Formats: sequence, C-alpha cells, structure tokens
Amino acid sequence: MVGWQAGKDSFYVDEEYNGQLEHVATPSVSKKCVKCKESTAVLIIRAVDAFCRCCFKEYFIHKFRAMLGKNRIIFPGEKVLLAVSGGPASSSMLSQVKEGLSRDAPKKLRFVPGIIHIDEGGASGQSMEDRRRAVAQVESVLRSSNYPYHIVYLEQALNLPSSVLEVGSSATEKLQTGPSYKAAVDQFIQTNQNLHPDLFLENAWSHLSSLSMQEVQNGLSNPITPENTQALQRLFASVRTLTAKEDLLQTLRQHLILHTARTEGYTKVMMGDSCSRLAIKLLSNISLGRGASLAMDTGFSDSRYGDVVIVRPMRDYSSKEIAYYNRMFDVPSVFIPGLDTKAQDKASIQRLTESFVNKLQTDFPATVSTIYRTSEKLHTACPPQNTNSPTFDKCLMCACSLDTNAEEFSAFKATLISEQLSQRRGPGPGLSLGTAGAPGPPPASFTGQGQCRSSDEGQRQGCGSREPGCCLSAEMPATLDLKSLLCYSCRLTIKDMTAVDILPQYILAEAERKKRRSHMRKEISEFLLEEEDEAKTS
Amino acid sequence: MTASLPVLVRGSDSDVSNKMAAPIALHLEFGGGAELLFDGVKEHHVILPDQSEPWDMKQLLVWIRANLLKERPELFVQGDTVRPGILVLINDADWELMGELRYELQDQDNVVFISTLHGG
Ligand SMILES: [Zn+2]
Ligand SMILES: [Zn+2]
Repeated sequence: MVGWQAGKDSFYVDEEYNGQLEHVATPSVSKKCVKCKESTAVLIIRAVDAFCRCCFKEYFIHKFRAMLGKNRIIFPGEKVLLAVSGGPASSSMLSQVKEGLSRDAPKKLRFVPGIIHIDEGGASGQSMEDRRRAVAQVESVLRSSNYPYHIVYLEQALNLPSSVLEVGSSATEKLQTGPSYKAAVDQFIQTNQNLHPDLFLENAWSHLSSLSMQEVQNGLSNPITPENTQALQRLFASVRTLTAKEDLLQTLRQHLILHTARTEGYTKVMMGDSCSRLAIKLLSNISLGRGASLAMDTGFSDSRYGDVVIVRPMRDYSSKEIAYYNRMFDVPSVFIPGLDTKAQDKASIQRLTESFVNKLQTDFPATVSTIYRTSEKLHTACPPQNTNSPTFDKCLMCACSLDTNAEEFSAFKATLISEQLSQRRGPGPGLSLGTAGAPGPPPASFTGQGQCRSSDEGQRQGCGSREPGCCLSAEMPATLDLKSLLCYSCRLTIKDMTAVDILPQYILAEAERKKRRSHMRKEISEFLLEEEDEAKTS
Repeated sequence: MTASLPVLVRGSDSDVSNKMAAPIALHLEFGGGAELLFDGVKEHHVILPDQSEPWDMKQLLVWIRANLLKERPELFVQGDTVRPGILVLINDADWELMGELRYELQDQDNVVFISTLHGG
C-alpha cells in the first residue's frame, strides 16, 4: 500500500524509491501494519495497534456489521430511524448503514432506514441565518444518502403532545399518525410484500425519498415562528447551569426523536454515540446521579420507551477511529456549534468529564476502553422494562425507572433529610424528620418552597406521609410540584431552573394527569381488589 | 539507486540539518470545530521563518499560538502539546507514528488538527 502520502521527498530521493521509503523519512522507525504486516501503518488505534489504510477500512466496516449481527435486534424490513446530528460519529454511522445496505455480501443489512436531524440552534441562541446555513449543509449530506429524512426544529418540542411521555406498548398505530406519509408506507408495504426482499427495499427507498422531499418542502413553507424561538430561548434562559441546560436539551431532543419515530412508524432508532462519548456519558451520569439508569443510558440497546427501541451501533468505535475514517474515506460531516462550544473545561459536569476522559486517553490510552467496557457489564437489578408495570413508576422526563423509592440509607435519602433539615429553619411548617427517614416514596412536598396546603399544624400528620401528591389540594397549585414524578437526576435539573411552569406544556399537562391519577387511585384504593387476591380466587 | 540511501534518514545526519535552515512552507488545516479558534478559517498556508535549528512540531505549536490563534489559546494548546482530544495528522498519518512533538517538519508538509471534543 503505497502512494497515499504525496511523495514530497523527491528532492532527496530517486523517484523509484519514493513510494517505498517516504515514511522512513521520520525520526521514528516507520511501523508496519499489525494486520497485514506489509503496508506502512498510518494510525494507531486501541492504544498500541498500528494499522495501514486498507486494513483499517476493513476493520472499521467489519465492526459495524459485527455489532449489529451479534446483537440481532434489527429485523429484515424493519424501519430504522437514524439520528444524524451532522457530527462525525452520526455521519459515520450513516456511511456505515449505506455501506452495509449496499453490499452484495451475504451478511448484507436488510432494514429500511430513514433519517432525523434536529436543528438545535434555537437552544444556543444562534441566528436564524446561521441555522438555515447549517441545516442546508446537513441536508445536502442527507440528500446524498437517498434515504427519506425529517428535519425537525427543537422549537417543535414545545408543541409535542403529552402522549410522547407515555411508555408505549407495541401498538404504535393508535398514536396519532402523520399525514399522507405513513399511510403511503403502510399501503406500499402491503402491496409489495410478495416481491423479492431486495427489490422490495429498493423500491421502498425510492418511494420514500420522493415523499420525504415533498414533506421537507412543505416544512419549509411553514417554518417555526419567531415566537416559538423566543419561547425556547426563555426556557433555556431559565436554566441556571450549563450542566442542567445540556440535560434539558438531551431530554427535549429525545422526545422529538421518539415522537417522530412513533408518528412515522419507525420501531428502532440508531444513535451515533461512540465509545469515547459513552465513556464520558457513563462517568458524567454517575456524577449527575443517574447511576440507576446507567445500563440503559449507555448500553447497546435501550428499551425504556417500550414501542421504540434505541440502539447504539457506534459504541465500539473511539472518536479517534471515527475522525480518521471520516477523513480518509471522505465521509462528510458538518460542524454545528452547540451549547458547550468554546466552553471552558469546568463549565459543566459533562464538559469536565470530557476533559478528564481525554486526558486519560492521552496519558493512559487503555483506560478509556476499560471505562466503556464497564458499561457492558452493568445490568439493572430488576428487569428494566416490564410493559405491565404501571407507568407512574417511570420518570416523567427521561422515562427511566424511578430510583427515588430508595433504601433508607441511600445517598438519595441523605440528601432529602439534609434538605428538609435546612428547610425547617425557614418560615412555614417543616417536615418532621421521622417521616422523612421512613422508607417508601419521598414526600411530595420536598420542593423547598414549603407550599404544603395542609399547613395547619394540627393536621400535619397527613402531610409528608407515604402517598405522593398528598400535599396538593384538589386545585393545582401555582407551581406544579413535579419532583415526585421525576428521577433523582431530573430533579436536580429542575432544581436549576428559576421556574418550573416555563417547561413545555406537554410535560406540565402530563404531570397534572399523572398526579390526578395517583390521587384518584389513592382515593379508591380501599375499594380495589389487590392483584394477588384476584389471582388466588380465580 | 544506491546513491541516495544515506540521506533518507533525516535528522540523524548533521549535513542534512544544515541544509534545512531555509524557511519552510506548510499547509495547516483545522477541523472538528478547532477552526473556530482561528476565525473559522480551516486552511492556512504558512511560511515558517528561517532559523538555525530545524523546525519540529513542538516549535510549530508555539508558533501557532503566537501567530495564528485568535482566541482562547488554552482550548488548543495545553502545556507544550495540543489539548487532549485534538488529533494531529502529519501528511495524513497519525502523529503518534511520526514522533509527535519531536517530528521534524519538512517543506510542504501537511499538518491537520481535528478536534474530537463535543462542541469543538
Ligand atoms: Zn495492513
Ligand atoms: Zn429522569
């Protein structure tokens, strides 16, 4: 493998030696590829292995198909939504999907891809002009893939329906469906089922891409309004820390992807998280108090939403491998500034962790893959998603299982107690320490504002007792108490907001509904037969 | 064809070093968001002035910091090397294979810096 570096040594060297010897012209001894042991290596991966260009390409492509093959989670003909931010990892993922679907090899991938790109410029306050330019660049990359694509604006999260927060069963049909698009697909699939699978898929793509083009054009004629953008900016301005802003952005992004997947009939979503990104996510999630949902947050597949499963096929690639592959094999990507652009290392927990992981990578290259492999060994103690489990046991915002029903001596309880102790000095009734330490769901009114309605000293018994929502009177309070519906980590995010009622309407509405339901359940509880009793009698 | 072999290993031969005192032209490229620290300009054709000893990567970083960086040098250089998370390619090969900071730059070399950091 010669000649991929321009021969610039011709001044010193005979022309015929040029290719063979060019890498000798460095202070270090030129290394041979560990795989083929012939060609000159061009990069070092996995800390010590030197690869040549050809072997690296083979290794990279093989890894993608091996990852999907090993996990056997995507079915032939299944609609898979690729989340493409335009960044290097997701763009690389797109190129691998293209590569895998176009192969003639027997291991060819056989699913039907579509793409979603979310323009997040509204959150970081970019001008409409910059955003339009960035979207146009991403679009040109997406268009060249010939897959149908959906450009979604973060502003659209503000108008999501509350149903997006429900954990779905496999019956996606009941959810409100998009206009002509989905109907056309369904019809198409039905009429084409007898075709040869390959032919069928190819037809499907060409059909879908023409539809998506119309959709995009419709979208352009009906862009988001300046009011939407202002509302989004108000929302992000109300969040005090970059850490919480990044968390909120992640939540909204996830909801938009989920909603698009459901309305357009996708049952899998592919995210481009690399192993470097997942190592960072793993460590920062521990710092953010998301330990309980680590396995789902960083694993290969994540089924917390029930009907739509998130998969992360890039989790075996380091960001270095991705950057090299993209450069060597001309995979286009688009750099779009985000919330953390030009931020200092200490600007947020996520940023600080990233800088820590990168320093580790430089000084002790093997450790990063160790961190990320740790995530493979993590399993949730109880089976993660049981579709029968009542939905109020899931975090309202991130849909992970609620971890706040923790043991007596957990860090969570300790934080609660200290929070309540410090509250007692303030005006208004405090919560008695006795109830706070008791096992069971945390008291609903640990909001720090002490807006417990049954503030009558004599009636304090009722407050702070086991049932969440006891502090809410029949009419909703001015500031909705969300905390009992959130996991520990999402509570911290909300805590960094100046006002909770600025959250998008779909979140507030769903919170109210959940509250009402649990209140009602409480009221009628004594008339209900317990499930166990029922089982015994039948 | 045997005649030219000895001069191939540059830097090990003092005669060769003397010849290299002339200014050298480089093609520098910044990507992955690193370009934001250079006024958004990705490609730079620069000429390093003539000096008594050959230019190496370590000196190039000092020169970039003094002459090209527009803002926030700590987001690009840390200590005497690049900020962790920024990849360096010399003539399209990993600089880890080229001696990193000790690599002696040649006229017309192509040096690429790619940020793999989130947000650039
Ligand atoms: Zn090789
Ligand atoms: Zn949560």
